[in-house]
Amino acid sequence: MQFILRRLGFYLVAAWVAITLNFFIPRAMPGSAVDAVLAKFPQLLPPARKALEATLGSGDQGSLWSQYVTYLGHVFRLDFGPSLSNYPTPVTTIVANGVYWTLGLVGVATVIAFAVGTGLGILAGWRAGGRLDRSLPAMMFLQATPYFFLALLLIQVFGITLGWFPVAGAYDGINYTPGWTLAYAGNVLDHAFLPALTIVATSVAGWMLQMRNVMVTTVGEDYVVAAQAKGLSDRRVVFTYAARNALLPQLQGFGLALGFVVSGALVMEIVFSYPGIGYLLLNAAASKDTPLMQAIFLLITVAVLAANFIVDLVIVFVDPRVRTREATR
Amino acid sequence: MKALARLWRRLPGTAKAGVIMLVVFLLIAIIGPEVIPDNPNVTTPLQAAAPSGAHFFGTTQTGQDVFSQFLVGVRLTLELAFWVGVIATGLSVIVGVTAAYVGGIVDELLSLLTNVFLVIPALPLLIVLLGFLNGTSAGQGQLPVIFVLSLLGWPWGARVVRAQALSIRSRDFIAAARETGERSWRIIVFDVIPNMVSLIAASFVNTVLYAVGASVALAFVGLTDPSSWSLGTMLYWAQLGNALQIGAWWWYVPPGLAVALLGTALVLLNTGIDELSNPRLRDARSATRIAGRRVWPTDPTPVFGAPHGRGGLAGFARSFSRKSLLDEAPVTAGNPEGR
Repeated sequence: MQFILRRLGFYLVAAWVAITLNFFIPRAMPGSAVDAVLAKFPQLLPPARKALEATLGSGDQGSLWSQYVTYLGHVFRLDFGPSLSNYPTPVTTIVANGVYWTLGLVGVATVIAFAVGTGLGILAGWRAGGRLDRSLPAMMFLQATPYFFLALLLIQVFGITLGWFPVAGAYDGINYTPGWTLAYAGNVLDHAFLPALTIVATSVAGWMLQMRNVMVTTVGEDYVVAAQAKGLSDRRVVFTYAARNALLPQLQGFGLALGFVVSGALVMEIVFSYPGIGYLLLNAAASKDTPLMQAIFLLITVAVLAANFIVDLVIVFVDPRVRTREATR
Repeated sequence: MKALARLWRRLPGTAKAGVIMLVVFLLIAIIGPEVIPDNPNVTTPLQAAAPSGAHFFGTTQTGQDVFSQFLVGVRLTLELAFWVGVIATGLSVIVGVTAAYVGGIVDELLSLLTNVFLVIPALPLLIVLLGFLNGTSAGQGQLPVIFVLSLLGWPWGARVVRAQALSIRSRDFIAAARETGERSWRIIVFDVIPNMVSLIAASFVNTVLYAVGASVALAFVGLTDPSSWSLGTMLYWAQLGNALQIGAWWWYVPPGLAVALLGTALVLLNTGIDELSNPRLRDARSATRIAGRRVWPTDPTPVFGAPHGRGGLAGFARSFSRKSLLDEAPVTAGNPEGR
């Protein structure tokens, strides 16, 4: 219990740091939101500056401290104001629309990559030095490939040359209307295939390598030898003795990866023009849409922190060693 | 030199491949920009031409020579990654060693800072920071990217360095140095840090890997100064110039492939360092071939039948010879003779 409270305290501090950074970064940086809008619309007349400052809440607003307090209030009410690039849609609406696509696509892809990578890692670690294990350098090449580059190649081959899959967007908005129809679902899957393939192909190796390394260490443990000496089948020794114990660090990584799902495959979404969180964030950064950037950054941070905390909880329940270590502290 | 040669022999094959690839990239980065055939910025009427004798990697949509851009790009990317590696690793050594050596409240605070920056997602923060910097006078050239990447690249290394420094600090030779009245900074510089060289090297390689990946990704989405030719900005212009739609694969494949190979080289090098310092990973690297059968570290010790039909003392003795142990097939159901 004490352990959990301490972790919770830590994540609260981390969240506070992120929120505070979010407050100071725009203020420390050259150029203001108002200037960004004025630069975008050169036909605006000078009086427009006053009006913009009023609507965007910048300009002279009292001391830094009172601004900070107001800002904190806004954050807790999830009120980030209107987006600058899609004025006057509230930022929260835009973010809410993007989250579904990201969660669906990146979430599923992450789960697939985790399952496949862990499975391969178990086999490679059990037979360290075997055929599968020696294929690791090739896997590392896939992992080191920038995923947007792989995405470009996939678009070129499957999208443009072969024409099997659509190359942009999340669905065909002209021929299909969103709804719970089979045709629409099929279209969405069609659009999600190449992005998902990109994510899986580039992240499988990471899971595999990590699982393999832990597995190699676990396989040398006495209880694995004992299990074999009992005459248990290989399958049983691998999965219920070795892999089960090697899975713990892997689960930890999986939890963190789930947290990062919200941030999407930031750059990949740009390549496929997939309307998720990453696409929104990069567009916001390109158009200096401060409120949208702040909201998305906070959303991602909170998701990652929450995932970290959940992983901590799960580990306390799963791993008795953590509990006893805490008890003897 | 001799020590280097010995280190080289001990490196696993994959790590050697990584080192060789890295050296090739370094040579390209050092020599390349000095011998570029054309100015990478100059546009010519020869638009989007396929690779030829005059333009090894073809030309871009505006007729710029891709090969020249590539050579300059490798240098800029490596330069950036190198400086980020140096600065971020330096920061992590300073923070980690200070926290471990000073201890107490300083340690608590520095560890908290490290852990906080470890959990705050770096890439979104990088995008936000560069989003503000980009397009302003402060966002010119590579310096802001180096600065921002270094600022967010140190926590992982700091945590590892701190753990190692803590363990070194409690060793006897440090206590002895302190007893003889050595000053703290001398102990840190001459006793603590030299004992962490392999750790710092691994941390450096990791940071360089992070810097290559992050800088290329950020440049690709147009958040860095697009007027300098790095591998990432090449990809940015290729995407902007519809290289995919016009089928100009020679425009984006060389930089993308270079980044992938560079990344692979660094990962291979790092697993090599890992294996050098972790004997368990090293030992598990290969199955032993005994009696014509691959025996894995996970397999029970093989039992070999006594060689039948070769009675007498000589046969018994021969069964211990190297040749016999290695060549004899084990006795199995299908092979009762053990041949």
